[in-house]
Amino acid sequence: MFDKYMIMETGFCNVFQEQEVIGFQLQARLPYYRGLGLSMVEDIRITVDGNAVPREAIRFTTLGKTYSLEEMETEMVGRWEFGEVATLTINQPGGLSSGQHEIELVEQLRISYLPFPSITKDKKTLAL
Amino acid sequence: MQTKHNIKRGVSLYSFQEETFLRKMSLEDCIAKASELGATGIQVVSEQSMPGFPHLSDAFYAQWHEWMEKYGCTPVCHDSFLDTKRHKGRNLTEEECVESVIRDLKHASKLGCSVMRILVSTSPELMEKCIPYAEEYNVKMGIEIHSPWHFDQPWIQRHIEVAERTGTKHFGLIPDMGIYTKRYPRVMKDRLIRNGATPAIAEYICEAYETRIFCEYVIFEVRSMGGNALDIAMAESLRHNIWSNPKRLLEYMPYIFHIHAKFYDMVDDETEYSIPYNEVIPYLIQGGYEGYLCSEYEGNRHIQDISEVDSVEQVRRHQAMMSKLLGEGQ
Repeated sequence: MFDKYMIMETGFCNVFQEQEVIGFQLQARLPYYRGLGLSMVEDIRITVDGNAVPREAIRFTTLGKTYSLEEMETEMVGRWEFGEVATLTINQPGGLSSGQHEIELVEQLRISYLPFPSITKDKKTLAL
Repeated sequence: MQTKHNIKRGVSLYSFQEETFLRKMSLEDCIAKASELGATGIQVVSEQSMPGFPHLSDAFYAQWHEWMEKYGCTPVCHDSFLDTKRHKGRNLTEEECVESVIRDLKHASKLGCSVMRILVSTSPELMEKCIPYAEEYNVKMGIEIHSPWHFDQPWIQRHIEVAERTGTKHFGLIPDMGIYTKRYPRVMKDRLIRNGATPAIAEYICEAYETRIFCEYVIFEVRSMGGNALDIAMAESLRHNIWSNPKRLLEYMPYIFHIHAKFYDMVDDETEYSIPYNEVIPYLIQGGYEGYLCSEYEGNRHIQDISEVDSVEQVRRHQAMMSKLLGEGQ
């Protein structure tokens, strides 16, 4: 529904900690027409230039709170609100090289009234 | 033709989902716009328009009622959800489902909505268990008759049996006008072609839809034609689109207290490309329907890849069409 808006064109950057690059970040939204409890965000898959990022390396931040994908599975209060921009931080020492990168983002949602998981993809080339 | 009636026009704020998602319109903007377009009733998907749901403050509800007064609108319907799969690996228990429905009934009541939409996938057994709470909070729960379900579909018949047997005034039906999709929506076809469907096959599917060929035959035929994945997906979409006889509204009128006036593509101020409102509204008038017709625009997702979505203009045309068909100003 909002597939093409999943990956934000802004906010793509390397993440520094004490002058060391410890990973990179991108901003993302849900493709769904309402907000969803975090326990129903089954999976977030990120591929950079064809290489899949390990699930354990992903941290999800919304409304000031940060979760691993495993923590989200049992989170019964927090929600990813409709149209809300969340930050995805990927722990990857050294981050990404400067220049263009092809980012693919897959969001897998458990929507109760659908007989199958909702899997939506967006792909964008972003510059660092 | 009978023209006297007590049917009112409303807008579902769901119609402005593109602008809401992109933060081009706030909740207040949506209400103000609905009012400006002549609607007096407001329907809302709270989980879309009210961040923080279900933990909304008293201040929020106070603000909501201020807006209703300021823009001369009546809150009509809260579209509820039921997250039966909230937990990984297990479904909600029946008790948890009832709790969730009660949570939404309380919210609807605080909003001042007299009606709450229940997802069509919800069971008749659960609804029967919830009726005492709907009566307590004085909010009517309506099962959404959403395509491809229709009045005579066995699942819906079981819901109607519950309404009949209990005799309650707080459980009934909310038809979604998508069940009157007479032609395959043009915006859907065009989007599928842009994504890679074969134009000639897409044309065949539209014709097959209009001649009411059973969808499984069409799917098989498209496979035989060597259709690609999108051609097959389009053929399979016929399983989810239906045209049903609007005359059936008359029989079920005692159970209908709200209507989702779904639309995809207003061609001008008089025509929805695929849903012939002029063939449906006369039955609502004849049957003495007394609730709201709430515009529910759902075309944005099919055009956002090639054009700027203008939900406000679409709703304006839809309201103009309904106003005319309802004989307003005559």
